[in-house]
Amino acid sequence: MSTTIGSGASESDGTNTQNAVPVLGDIRQRRPRLIRRVGPPIIVVMCCVGIWYLVSYFGLSPQQRFLLPPPNQVVEQGFLNWQNFHQILEALRSTGTVALIAFAFSSLIGMTFAILMSEANWIERSFFPLAVALQTLPFLAIVPLVGFWFGYDFQSRIIVATIVSLFPIITNTLFGLKSVEPAHADLFRLHHATRWIRLWRLKLPSALPSIFSGLRISAGLCVIAAIVTDFFIQSGTPGIGGLLDLFASELESERLIAALIMTALLGIVIYLVISAVAHRVIGKWHSSYQRPLGDD
Amino acid sequence: MTAPVSQTNKADIAAPHVAGPILRFSNIAKTFRDGTAALADVTLEVQRGEFIAIVGPSGCGKSTLLRIASGLSPATRGQTESSYTSLGYVFQDATLLPWRTVGRNIELLATLQRRPKKECEELVRYAIELVGLTGFEGHYPKTLSGGMAMRTSLARALTLKPDLFLFDEPFGSLDAITRERLNEELLRLYAIEGFTGVFVTHSISEAVYLSSRVVVMCGRPGRVVKEYSVPFGYPRSPDIRYGADFAAISRLVSEELREVYG
Repeated sequence: MSTTIGSGASESDGTNTQNAVPVLGDIRQRRPRLIRRVGPPIIVVMCCVGIWYLVSYFGLSPQQRFLLPPPNQVVEQGFLNWQNFHQILEALRSTGTVALIAFAFSSLIGMTFAILMSEANWIERSFFPLAVALQTLPFLAIVPLVGFWFGYDFQSRIIVATIVSLFPIITNTLFGLKSVEPAHADLFRLHHATRWIRLWRLKLPSALPSIFSGLRISAGLCVIAAIVTDFFIQSGTPGIGGLLDLFASELESERLIAALIMTALLGIVIYLVISAVAHRVIGKWHSSYQRPLGDD
Repeated sequence: MTAPVSQTNKADIAAPHVAGPILRFSNIAKTFRDGTAALADVTLEVQRGEFIAIVGPSGCGKSTLLRIASGLSPATRGQTESSYTSLGYVFQDATLLPWRTVGRNIELLATLQRRPKKECEELVRYAIELVGLTGFEGHYPKTLSGGMAMRTSLARALTLKPDLFLFDEPFGSLDAITRERLNEELLRLYAIEGFTGVFVTHSISEAVYLSSRVVVMCGRPGRVVKEYSVPFGYPRSPDIRYGADFAAISRLVSEELREVYG
């Protein structure tokens, strides 16, 4: 008698239990997968180092060897010499700080603008063309003007990096906010959800996947902009860009290459951090989401 | 066989006017902005507590009629009168929010209506039990089968204890067996909750099995061409689908539809 309630569920959820099995299997298989994921890039890196040695010792005469010193010298000079390494770290910190502050600003400003644009058509119509124009402006061109106005200083580097990284956040957030499924919008309208509720409970969560892809692009741009502006604005603690410039002019190729490797690491770390945050926030429900290290 | 039947008194208490139609369309016409005429002169009454099915070819305005009934889109001409206190609406897709778990999806409408937290929780628990989703509260929609997703969608609508329930081809994309099973479940819910049902579908057997009245519409622009009353009472045994009476009515509806399709 009372079994009628929900009696049908157990049969039709057969597919569901089947779905659950591979998920468990996924956890069990994680170890071999990790090797499969990390192994190939490590082999490629080792091959590169091998070629590097070959070129350095057999491709170049001892007089030319300063152009590409062998890896062990780079490690010795750049990483194991604390004074040199410290200099690189300091520069990296300076550049990283610029990039992070700019990233925070552009995320905040970009998302706010995108939300305003999605809520009021006239704001979008009046400001979006400007945002596009801002994007097409080569950012090196604005460095002198920004420096002229705000001084060739820390703050100018932040301003330039912010302007450069703003656009991807605006467009991606706006795209996400506008691509709410019509049926979902109907559901909220049917139950008289206010504009604020629709934004908070429907539009923003729907937009999260595209917001994250915007954040990832603009984080990369922040780092690039912070490094490039270092070339032009070199007061205070030199950034990594300034340092690269300096090493190149002094023919310090070991330290130049070491600084380059550290710069690449900075970029990778920022990318991984954002991917990890994205995975934590939307990985549970967003099916097309990719893991930080390749898809699986 | 099934749980205590007959109308629960809930609907009668909720309704100020017990007698009379819960929904009435008078000469409804709808023309879309691009000039397409979706509906022309539809007049239809739905009595409180009855379960009607609307069948017709694609594009005959069945869904549009439901959208007008719910207030989602206005009619171009004609009048809609309704006297429901709470509206349930199940769409073609389950329309679950992918970032919410099953439990939180079911909770959504009650939260949108700013019910107190305790009441929300109670309504959710009630609805989850009703559709047999106990144990699935923590699952995300992407892990659900089509049938489970539709159950979740039904449960979400049931939390509001609707006295008028609109179904817009809810089971259209499900496989035959899941569909039959959900039809049986729906009749059981109808018996327990005593709502008024308006069910849009392509399937003749689904229409006849569920409803006490089958309304046949034709398209371009949409009109009601014929109504058939279904002589089976409630509760209904799943076996009536294989009886001769059922086949006879299905055939009538089918012949009418063939004419409509041309």
